[in-house]
Amino acid sequence: MLYRRMLLFYALAWPALAAERPFFITYTHQMEEPGNLEVATRGVTANPGGAARFFGVTAELEYGVKAWWTTELYLDGVAVRHDSAVFTGYRWENRFRMLSREHWVNPALYVEFENINGADRSLLEVVGHDGRDDLIGTNDALRQERKREVEARLILSSNIRGWTVSENLITEKNVRHEPFEFGYAVGVARPLALAARPGRCNLCPENFQAGVELYGGLGTHDAFGFRRTSHYIAPTLAWTSAAGMTVKASPGFGLNDQSAGFVLRVAVSYEIPQFDRWLRKR
Amino acid sequence: MNKLGKLSLCLCLAVGQGTAQARDRRLEPLSQAPGKAAQRGNPYASQPGAAGAGQKLYERECSGCHGTAGQGGRRGPAVASPTVAQSPPGAIFWVLRNGSLRAGMPSFSHLPEAQRWQIVTYLKSLQ
Repeated sequence: MLYRRMLLFYALAWPALAAERPFFITYTHQMEEPGNLEVATRGVTANPGGAARFFGVTAELEYGVKAWWTTELYLDGVAVRHDSAVFTGYRWENRFRMLSREHWVNPALYVEFENINGADRSLLEVVGHDGRDDLIGTNDALRQERKREVEARLILSSNIRGWTVSENLITEKNVRHEPFEFGYAVGVARPLALAARPGRCNLCPENFQAGVELYGGLGTHDAFGFRRTSHYIAPTLAWTSAAGMTVKASPGFGLNDQSAGFVLRVAVSYEIPQFDRWLRKR
Repeated sequence: MNKLGKLSLCLCLAVGQGTAQARDRRLEPLSQAPGKAAQRGNPYASQPGAAGAGQKLYERECSGCHGTAGQGGRRGPAVASPTVAQSPPGAIFWVLRNGSLRAGMPSFSHLPEAQRWQIVTYLKSLQ
């Protein structure tokens, strides 16, 4: 039953597609092209501290409103082995490019509202004192906690000689209580070849991007720092097929006792160009 | 031709010219490239296969707005046009890197420089 529900999650999330961004946690200043819709699904699995393995699934719909504004809706769910599969909530995110021209460092602003419950284990960011203990427990017990939070990020990213380098400073605040929480994410990636080959090909080196990202919490405004925070390092590999579908995978390794140990992420994405025009034709 | 016919013809020509001018206006970012950037030469201009690679990249990254043959669309102006053909390669490269957010053109700085030059090579081959 559990796996059938997991399959259902994926079936709902499947018709999606083109995360050109090679990272899972770190954002860059790259915006979705106006009118394009990217459909994506991503999964994350871990068994923190030897507890039951969980499988978090997120369906994403990303739309380019303007060349400087991208909006995105996330639907989250989680399946826990020997437990249940539940829908855990939604997130609505907006990203704004702040400067009209390209510079060495390009700032972008990210604002997200999330309405999720405590069972959510999609691990789309790590902030405050998030750690292994937050990932352990039954869905029934954890989903009692409601999380209505606003997350903001300052994205600073650069494209230098084929390298993408990005730094994110993250802050998150529960709208009702709890202190401000802070986190960071840093990523570096590069395609395996800088020039493209003529002709359609699936396995050309320019279709692959390899990188690494580092992310973790920075405590809260009254307990800022690395104490009792979790941190991860995660190599990433992304492959874009000739048809435009992108597949990404990233094994993440916890760097301290607070971390969840080994975390495996996968994502599939696809971009529908000029989705608004397609809709109008229907 | 009666007066009404002549008037209709004039109106059609005026509207047609207006539309062409509006389309050309969307190519204005090409003239905004700073002199130094516009003067850059295309290192891939004479490289065999660069236009083919550029076409592949164009189809993936640009054809949604500018049309599969560069004929233009609702969102993007025609790039198979004299304006683009006569523009210096450096100016086209500059627009690909910076985009023109006001005109709705996103930046393609996430593409490696080599791939952007390959797209320029393909665009210059369009007539």
